[in-house]
Amino acid sequence: METTDQVLSFEQAMEKLEDIVSRLENGDVPLETAIELFQEGMRLSQLCGSKLDQVERKIELLIETEQGLQRNNFHPVNEDKGE
Amino acid sequence: MADGPRIFSIKEVNRYIKMKLESDHVLSDIWLRGEISNFIHHSSGHMYFTLKDASSRLKCVMFASHNQRLPFIPKEGMKVMARGSISVYERDGNYQFYVNAMQPDGIGSLYLAFEQLKQKLEAEGLFAPERKKPIPLYPKAVGVVTSPTGAAVRDILITLERRFPSVPVLVVPVLVQGTQAAPSIVRAIKLMNRLMEVDVLIVGRGGGSLEELWAFNEEAVARSIAESKIPVISAVGHETDYTIADFVADLRAATPTAAAELAVQHSHELRRQIGRFEQRLNQALKGQLQDRKQRLERIKRSPLFQQPRRFLMEPAQRADRLHERLNSQMIRFKERKEQQYSHLLTRLEAAHPGEQLKYAATRRHTAQQRLEQVMNGIMRARKLELHSSIRSLDALSPLKVMSRGYSLLYAEDEQVLVKSVDDIGIGDRIKVKLADGRLDCQVLDKEG
Repeated sequence: METTDQVLSFEQAMEKLEDIVSRLENGDVPLETAIELFQEGMRLSQLCGSKLDQVERKIELLIETEQGLQRNNFHPVNEDKGE
Repeated sequence: MADGPRIFSIKEVNRYIKMKLESDHVLSDIWLRGEISNFIHHSSGHMYFTLKDASSRLKCVMFASHNQRLPFIPKEGMKVMARGSISVYERDGNYQFYVNAMQPDGIGSLYLAFEQLKQKLEAEGLFAPERKKPIPLYPKAVGVVTSPTGAAVRDILITLERRFPSVPVLVVPVLVQGTQAAPSIVRAIKLMNRLMEVDVLIVGRGGGSLEELWAFNEEAVARSIAESKIPVISAVGHETDYTIADFVADLRAATPTAAAELAVQHSHELRRQIGRFEQRLNQALKGQLQDRKQRLERIKRSPLFQQPRRFLMEPAQRADRLHERLNSQMIRFKERKEQQYSHLLTRLEAAHPGEQLKYAATRRHTAQQRLEQVMNGIMRARKLELHSSIRSLDALSPLKVMSRGYSLLYAEDEQVLVKSVDDIGIGDRIKVKLADGRLDCQVLDKEG
């Protein structure tokens, strides 16, 4: 579980969380499984929250050149031309 | 020279021209036909635009007091019939057309092209709701295809930043107006589909005239949006601007800012969503535990635990009944067997051998008597035979012969009759039987 969390995207974590919530709400699981689902759900919820807290920002400008694709960090120019 | 040429101020000239124009009865109330362009609906409510035809253009103004009653919303490229008067804007020295009434006049050529392409693509089903791909709920990266210098890209980035700062953004710069715009937009959409790094695409630009937005009405752009595997949100111009790209896109946003809002949920909303999930988890688990508890309570309250004796009584009764049945069966079985026994006994007695024995004894006795009689008869007959035999035998007896002087000579052991002198040696002892006795003798000599 712990290792897969590293690659789990926010979307996957949210989907997994939603799936766990509805499975637990369905109620058709043994109590031991219910507790496991609850713990897993709480863990995913924390994971999702921490992913939202990431302030790391990545905006890239992708330019096709003759040498191939070029990626630059992008800072939009502050001019209002209505384009 | 004192009466030299009069020097007018610019204001005077402008006012003079204005007066001249306004006094002209032709220009004071005329109808014009033209196409709206560079349309601005100012926040004051006044409308400023240009009316143009194939060769010429004329600045126009329609004040709020007049345009409030307009039966339609004037737009870029619209062909209209406008009624008004020509006058001068003194400050700028411009003459312009003061419109007090306006109505649509057919459709402009761009409009016609727009309508034709729209109908064609609609007939192909490119606008069909079932073709629309869903926008991912939580995109892992957002792609933006627009001009890198416009207000649009800035609006989009600011909005994304505000809502969900951690989502990566990939911007592909394109031309958004001019003849190269459409091919550059098509290339960008195809590039994004090759890379597949983003899972939602914003394609658009800020507001502009119909001509400026035209690239988004071109067939190539519409088709590349339709073919995109990545869901596309269109964001072209303002609220009122509709382009072909908007129709074919999976989702139409009124503005670039709105597009960014549609692409990602607000992180506050996501946090609330996570909070709701946690709440539901808690409630569901609590519900599960309560459910188990209730079931346990129900079981504990069940009659089995409340009055266990009641559940023993029935089996006990059954055991009793079975026991009774077993007993009565055993009795009946015994009776039947006794009956069988006595029946057999009667048959056995009937078959007792006593009588037969008596009968057999009688028969034996009779047989024995007869046997005795027969035997006695035989014995008497034999006795008579014997007597006569003895008499005839007596006549032949050696003793009778011996009484006439014959004797018998035996070897000493009285076993062997001596019939030859060779049987006896001299000196041997011999016995001589005579009719009335016996003599022991010894051989003194022999001749033969």
